[in-house]
Amino acid sequence: MRTILTALTAILLLCPAPATAQSVLRIGLNDDPDALDPTISRAYTGRLVFAALCDKLFDVTPDLKIVPQLATGYEWAADRKAITLKLHPGVRFQDGEPFNAEAVKFNIERHQTTPGSFRKSEIAEIQSVEVVNDLTVRFHLSQPLVPLLAALTDRAGMMVSPKAAKALGDKLGTQPVCAGPYKFVQRVAQGKIVVEKVADYWDKGAFSIDRIEFVPITDSSSRLASLRSGDLQMIERVSPTDLAEIRGDSKLKVTGVPELGYQMIPLNVANGPKSKTLSDVRVRQALDLAIDRETLVKTVFNNEYIAGNQFVSPASPYYDKKVPVAKRDVAKAKQLLKDAGQPNLNFTLVVPPERDRQEASLILQAMWSEAGITANLQTQENVTMLQSGRKGDFEAYFTFWSGRPDPDGNIYSFMTCKGAQNDQHYCNQDVDALLTKARQVADQAERKKLYDQATELIKKDVPRLILWHRRVFTGFSTRVQGFTPYPDGIIRFRGLKLAN
Amino acid sequence: MALWLYVARRLAVLVPTLFFVSVLIFSLQQLLPGDAAVALAGEENDPEAVAAIRARYHLDRPVVVQYGIWLGRVLVGDFGESLRSRIPVRELLASKLPVTVQLALCSMLIALCIGIPAGILSATRKGTVVDVAANFFALSGLSVPHFWLGIMLILLFAVRLGWLPASGYVPPWENLRQNLTTILLPSFVLGTGVAGVIMRHTRSAMLQTLGADYVRTARAKSVPERLVVLKHALRNALIPIITLGAIEFGRLLSGAVLTEQVFAIPGFGKLLVDGVFNRDYAVVQAVVLVSAGLYVLLNLGADVLYFLANPRLRGTT
Repeated sequence: MRTILTALTAILLLCPAPATAQSVLRIGLNDDPDALDPTISRAYTGRLVFAALCDKLFDVTPDLKIVPQLATGYEWAADRKAITLKLHPGVRFQDGEPFNAEAVKFNIERHQTTPGSFRKSEIAEIQSVEVVNDLTVRFHLSQPLVPLLAALTDRAGMMVSPKAAKALGDKLGTQPVCAGPYKFVQRVAQGKIVVEKVADYWDKGAFSIDRIEFVPITDSSSRLASLRSGDLQMIERVSPTDLAEIRGDSKLKVTGVPELGYQMIPLNVANGPKSKTLSDVRVRQALDLAIDRETLVKTVFNNEYIAGNQFVSPASPYYDKKVPVAKRDVAKAKQLLKDAGQPNLNFTLVVPPERDRQEASLILQAMWSEAGITANLQTQENVTMLQSGRKGDFEAYFTFWSGRPDPDGNIYSFMTCKGAQNDQHYCNQDVDALLTKARQVADQAERKKLYDQATELIKKDVPRLILWHRRVFTGFSTRVQGFTPYPDGIIRFRGLKLAN
Repeated sequence: MALWLYVARRLAVLVPTLFFVSVLIFSLQQLLPGDAAVALAGEENDPEAVAAIRARYHLDRPVVVQYGIWLGRVLVGDFGESLRSRIPVRELLASKLPVTVQLALCSMLIALCIGIPAGILSATRKGTVVDVAANFFALSGLSVPHFWLGIMLILLFAVRLGWLPASGYVPPWENLRQNLTTILLPSFVLGTGVAGVIMRHTRSAMLQTLGADYVRTARAKSVPERLVVLKHALRNALIPIITLGAIEFGRLLSGAVLTEQVFAIPGFGKLLVDGVFNRDYAVVQAVVLVSAGLYVLLNLGADVLYFLANPRLRGTT
């Protein structure tokens, strides 16, 4: 025993410590990303890695304004059925191939034709891509679609090297080659993803960290312990329960910004036989009035999240201040139920086995019971719940939407009559017309007016209960400098520094 | 019976065992709630993308056909690709196996170094404070949850003292020092659990042999007590420990799910858990099959040792 211990100690002492000339940033991820191919990537976590690997045609600012990244500018055609992009000169992919209009055409067509592409539906309106010259490209659209630009700020706007994509085919995700400031070095599944600074990146002066390691650690306690011990310098999507520990540690910081998405309960308005219970608008209004959102957020989330009632958070420029989070009114809720002939409303709320929503559903159940409403809580695995939702096999279910930078992505497919995600089968022609028109207007003030009108109509119809918006918390060591939080929770590496 | 015949017979049994395991795991996966393609497609649930995933992984075919396709590939050594990361499962297995083997070996080393001496001490000092302390240790090792012990050790050694890394894994060929520091805490957590079992078995086996006639004879011949315990009693007591060790080692090889999660060790256990959560069928099937194969082979190894050690078995097996 003593010999073994002596030998182990000797090995530990004799092994040289690694040279640390490079600045290495280690980021703890909540889970292991899926394939690192922008066309077939689906998981949120992958986007954190792509932020280092793959530049996009456009990006968003912290206040959600769209700014060029690989593009230098754009111009809409008068009828909004075509958009012309100017591209950044002198950009090369990580394999040395030039980035130009032909590459953009290749990438858009790849998104549209690859089997299993998750980008196809995001850019479905692009009918054709015209290469105007080496650095100018034009997208022709089947219908006017201003939110297309927002799609190009995410994976649909990421450009991969055509040469690498042709060579690797559907295996590109195992060795991605893009045009970002960091190149792919290594991936150990469930272990780490390593990227390294590209020496000849066109804007290399803006990036000072040499190497980034993304480390998936699913257990939140271990992730936090790794941050506290200095093994990690940043962790993403910090749980509200871990905030006190980070705030109490002088070597750590935490930032929180309202997320783009929302937590919601779709109510079955007209999707199949199960819509019978909640088809009367007065019943849905009663459910809405019986809820005290502020108390809910205070009780379950220690006020770290934000009570909400619209498709964007109160922090968004598109939030309609004329429709604030309503005060609870149990008496009015009871009256509405009485008028609807359902004074003892009894319905089933399906909740996935996830802590936040489970706890919130218990509070909601208690709030509703004070208005004479019986909510039967039924726990169902998340994917099964979503499938049942699509089929109309629900009265109400508790889900969320991760959110999109353009407001259209938070409302159009949920609230239009034929929207792909309109599980409630809610249909109001006026709302349809307003939301469709908002897709064709580029001016923000004008768009806001249209969304405000739609919000007011939807408020009366209550096809779903939007309850709260989370804050995206990022925890990091005080060694990390120059970090700016974004509402999408994605870490931008431009300007980020690591002090010794 | 000749040894080779015995081994051949046992290997022949391995084939139906693995077949049964594969059928079982394939059937059980069908019972998992939620559609794999929908789970992979995420919140947008684009029907066209879902259909493409189903077609790519044959999820649109009847279960029996899916099984047939999978079996046909496995027979030629192709486990398919991960639904989530598209990395070939064979590559995943090849990268995870050394990690899990190292973790299992280090854990077994710790377990044997603690368990056997503690068992001997406990048996030779039966009824004393040492015996009570050893039993207390064994019960603690068995009953303390691994994830709790893991977190506590991380908080002490990584966060408070800063001696060891909190999580992660570095392969020995990249940096041996870092490898040993990353593997130490998880091995200790796993090792203490197994040490408890080994200690209990060593104690009872030792108590039995220490009461045997030949030990009494040895003592009557004034053989020093140290030799009586270590040479005469322990050698005979070790036979059941070999079997137990093989079983425990096999269990460790099939992946230490919670410990790997807590320490973020990219081994079999973590691969399996992530596979189940992501409904990554190809990964789950391959991990279970390989783990089952390893387990059976280790048991066979232990039986062969037993066979060699005990000539009486040759007539009966």
